[in-house]
Amino acid sequence: MIKVEGLTKRYARTVAVDNISFEVEKGQIVGFLGPNGAGKTTTMRVLTCFLPPTSGTANVAGFDVQDHPLEVKRRIGYLPETPPLYPEMEVREYLRFAGRLKGISAADISRRVDEVVDRCAVGDVRDRLIGKLSKGYRQRVGLAQAIIHNPDVLILDEPTSGLDPKQIIEIRELLKALAGEHTIILSTHILSEVEHSCERVIIINAGKLVAIDSVANLTNRLRGSEAVAVEVEAADGRPNPTEVQQRLEQVSGVSRVLMKDSKNGRLTFEIESLQGRHIRAEVARTVVNSGWNLSELRAVGISLEDIFLQLTAAERTGASAKDTEPEGAKK
Amino acid sequence: MKSALLICRKELNSYFASPIAYAVMALFALIFGFGFYTASRDFVRFSLQSQMMGQQQPMNVNEQIVRPLLGFASTIALFLIPMITMRLVAEEKRTGTIELLLTSPVKDSGIILGKWLGAVLLYLCVLGMSMINIALLFAWGKPDLKPVLIAYLGLILQGGCLLAIGTFISTTTKNQIVAGGVTFFVCLLLWLLSWFTAFDSTATAQVVNYLSIVTHFENFGKGVLDLKDVVFYLSMIFFALFLTLRSMESLRWRA
Ligand SMILES: Nc1ncnc2c1ncn2[C@@H]1O[C@H](COP(=O)(O)OP(=O)(O)OP(=O)(O)O)[C@@H](O)[C@H]1O
Ligand SMILES: [Mg+2]
Repeated sequence: MIKVEGLTKRYARTVAVDNISFEVEKGQIVGFLGPNGAGKTTTMRVLTCFLPPTSGTANVAGFDVQDHPLEVKRRIGYLPETPPLYPEMEVREYLRFAGRLKGISAADISRRVDEVVDRCAVGDVRDRLIGKLSKGYRQRVGLAQAIIHNPDVLILDEPTSGLDPKQIIEIRELLKALAGEHTIILSTHILSEVEHSCERVIIINAGKLVAIDSVANLTNRLRGSEAVAVEVEAADGRPNPTEVQQRLEQVSGVSRVLMKDSKNGRLTFEIESLQGRHIRAEVARTVVNSGWNLSELRAVGISLEDIFLQLTAAERTGASAKDTEPEGAKK
Repeated sequence: MKSALLICRKELNSYFASPIAYAVMALFALIFGFGFYTASRDFVRFSLQSQMMGQQQPMNVNEQIVRPLLGFASTIALFLIPMITMRLVAEEKRTGTIELLLTSPVKDSGIILGKWLGAVLLYLCVLGMSMINIALLFAWGKPDLKPVLIAYLGLILQGGCLLAIGTFISTTTKNQIVAGGVTFFVCLLLWLLSWFTAFDSTATAQVVNYLSIVTHFENFGKGVLDLKDVVFYLSMIFFALFLTLRSMESLRWRA
């Protein structure tokens, strides 16, 4: 449905997007992840024909964004980072305008407006001035505008920013309902967002593609090892933290022990295992055999956050390694 | 050009949802009304005088009131037009609503035409304010209708031209105050040029004079409909709107 090949977008000084290629199948929800300034918005703007690419191609529903922009635009619903709203308009008036602009006929417009007002739950404010709405409602009106013409492809730039948790869940449900018939790309900083609603993730950093995979694969890829949180109770300075740490490090299969906290006589450690080793039982035995009180032991999942940080950090150190190489060669 | 009409309607709605429309109309009505008052007062005084002195020279309402008054209207309009066009595109760029327009399945030309049409319609409303006074004139004296109509046509063409230039300037910035300021400056320059070149007969002055949007109004003001002037205005409008279109395109490249 969406096919991007070798896409590069250069601004006057910066290269915002650097040779990115990816494909999105029909009906998928894809999460677009990356730290600030990674080039998410820029990529989306190219896909929506707002900006032309410097080089490379982008194809939506079989139409090239540069050769057939009108055809592409007809099939895309776009929610920009700041919802494009006219403060002097009322909600329904605005939706009528947006809908007509996107080619909905005069006969259908009222029905469509009512539908999206319902779907995005903006019924309470339908006759209010947009300028007087709260941020969350503006976001929803922006979303309503994006789906009003029932587009094949939805491109949403941070659709849940500024929403309260309840609204986030509602939007998540809405997106789930929309997926299937629509192809959705959404960018976000909230990783749980991606875990919950996306099937695939595209991670970019500093304009470069870092990873593109399904959420499950991505978490598995980095979850070869196990992480365990342990809490040991201490009284009268016994056991002392370094002693516990040393003892834990000696457990077979342990790769790393991190002291997290020592408060009110409770020592908390995070222990990571070597690839493919199960260490929970052994850790528990060690603590108990040493005569300490084991007050908690639980597995810590490696979250998408960790993966995200690992991937983008790897990219960064990789880049700096490259930068320093010539210097090292000189020495 | 359904999209142009759609956008034109939206522009008109937002003009009248904000104080701009009312401010421009009120300002025009006020200044024009003042001009009307002075012109007719002088006219009455003058005709009384000539009657007392027993002169039988006929007084002409067209020559002595309508013509200077509508010439005056063209000058006022020159300075109100920046207020009409400044927000057209600059505001959309600032708030980001331009993203809605440029990612909707409509042509850039439709967007520009719609915006310009919206501005022209507001300008017509502004000119409409002068009709109240002119109608009084018709009720009270017997001016010729034809020169009045021609002068109004001239006002509309000159306005359309300056509005197109203003629209173009509005696409070049995000800041509507800057857009308004530059448009005002351009109008001021045109106005000054028409003064300076009027007393100058060198070749350059003639060229500048020809290109000056203001001088082409003179014939209309006299009640003379010259096809040359109409063609000049129409081609200037076309040219300015074409520039606007190019500017929108380059806006995408630079954005
Ligand atoms: N109009 C512009 N002119 C020049 N540089 C720009 C422009 N817009 C974006 N950039 C640059 O391009 C890079 C990518 O920006 P982009 O907005 O795509 O990032 P993003 O991933 O959307 O970030 P965020 O998470 O903060 O929204 C940044 O370095 C930014 O400074
Ligand atoms: Mg962004």
